[in-house]
Amino acid sequence: MNKAGERLFNGLIKENPTFVLMLGMCPTLAVTTSAVNGLGMGLTTTVVLTLSNGIISLLRKVIPDKVRIPAFIVVIATFVTLVELLLEGFLPSLYDALGIYIPLIVVNCIILGRAESYASKNPIIPSLFDGLGMGLGFSVALTMIGALREILGAGEVFGYEVMPASYVPASIFVLAPGAFFVLAGLTAIQNYLKIEGEKKGKDMSKIQSGCGTDCKTCKEQCKEREEK
Amino acid sequence: MNTLKKVSSNPHIRGKVTTNHLMLAVIIALLPACGFGIYNFGLGALWVILITVASTVLTELLYEIILKKPITIGDFSAVVTGILLALNLPVSVPWWICVIGGVFAILVVKMLFGGLGQNFMNPALAARCFLLISFTSIMTNFECDAYTGPTPLALLKQGEVTNVYDMVIGRCNGTIGETSMIAIVIGACFLLLLGVIDLRVPGTYLLSFVIFVGLWGPAGFDLQYISAQLAGGGLMLGAFFMATDYVTRPVTVKGQYVYGIFLGLLTFLFRIFGSSAEGVSYAIILGNLLVPLIEKYTRPMAFGKRRGM
Repeated sequence: MNKAGERLFNGLIKENPTFVLMLGMCPTLAVTTSAVNGLGMGLTTTVVLTLSNGIISLLRKVIPDKVRIPAFIVVIATFVTLVELLLEGFLPSLYDALGIYIPLIVVNCIILGRAESYASKNPIIPSLFDGLGMGLGFSVALTMIGALREILGAGEVFGYEVMPASYVPASIFVLAPGAFFVLAGLTAIQNYLKIEGEKKGKDMSKIQSGCGTDCKTCKEQCKEREEK
Repeated sequence: MNTLKKVSSNPHIRGKVTTNHLMLAVIIALLPACGFGIYNFGLGALWVILITVASTVLTELLYEIILKKPITIGDFSAVVTGILLALNLPVSVPWWICVIGGVFAILVVKMLFGGLGQNFMNPALAARCFLLISFTSIMTNFECDAYTGPTPLALLKQGEVTNVYDMVIGRCNGTIGETSMIAIVIGACFLLLLGVIDLRVPGTYLLSFVIFVGLWGPAGFDLQYISAQLAGGGLMLGAFFMATDYVTRPVTVKGQYVYGIFLGLLTFLFRIFGSSAEGVSYAIILGNLLVPLIEKYTRPMAFGKRRGM
């Protein structure tokens, strides 16, 4: 079970798909107009991710290497169709809010990425927990972004007023540019915490950022490598 | 002597023009428009200008103090941004709109990208668009003591005839700095005479806009309609003071003509076919985004090089 706990922690924090790996940006930016939508999208993805990880892990010795991507997509698409029909039947308001982004879960790179890089190489229990951890990390991130956008753009969280009545909502935050502002702000805070922690000598390797370096030095490193 | 390494080979011509000379010239050139705005809309306009300028300058100062960077407010570029932003606000805005706009312009658009010279779009216009999208009802509320009723451009959009003479003088409704064509042109002439700006971008911008409106506009080459379109809204202010911004216009001469025509086309499309009456600010920031591409394709050939090398 230790392995399972490690996978959960990995998905939630260490390799958080949104803030660390920067995967699945399309639904992250598009559906987080409110906390409810973010949570709904995150949980839907979690269900698909956990189940598809499990099935792919079971089938990992059967699927020929050459056609593994189509095989993964068939498995994922099956679960997405299931979830889509269930949502349409039982949560029609969420179904309407998420719209085209539910079928698009099929091509969500987090799901395909976990299938390719983890589930197709590991046994079922860790794979299930890997999917669960990643999915929950995605849900937490989407809910955070959605809640912040809702607070700034509408003065509410989960539909409840939280800001004083005199607050004038800045509706740009519910529109597309607001998604970029909020995501950039949250990622900047996370990077800041990491850099400050490293300055104080703490081991911050548990919180990775996308590449651990900035673009300028990264370029220089590439140049040095070429020269060698 | 380390700093000398970056300098190219001599001989060098040393100009006496510095950034803050240019910025001072722009500030002086904006004074007629500010003055007319205050005369036209009352003391409220002065407050809007002062608060906006204070918030842009303070944001830059605080950012640089907190991040321990060299203080650059002495180059007056934040003041120019503040004045331009204020001239693009209606007089009825509450004070916090000015502050949010000023902070957004300097912090998000300018300083986070590396300060003056690194901003990818005009900070004042970006802030105006941010405010316009965020607080649409406040930003399009042109009710004030001096005037009631819609701006001349909104009237034009509804197909009504406006008084062009009043629009040229500036006796009409709108944002603080955009109403008076005469005040803006006086400032622009001052800059043109000093050589701070040239006519390439504003000239092609206005000319192509006139041609597009004449060819495909609702009224054809109707002198009254075209002059109303020219004098109305932020076109003059945008063409002379914001499209000519050194940082966000192309550096190549050919590119500046392309940029001007592109701005004219976009403004025409937004104004005639768009849902709102005004489109200058969106046109210019979209143009700003295309500047790297324009520069890439209009880079002059180095001497001795052949095409395709």
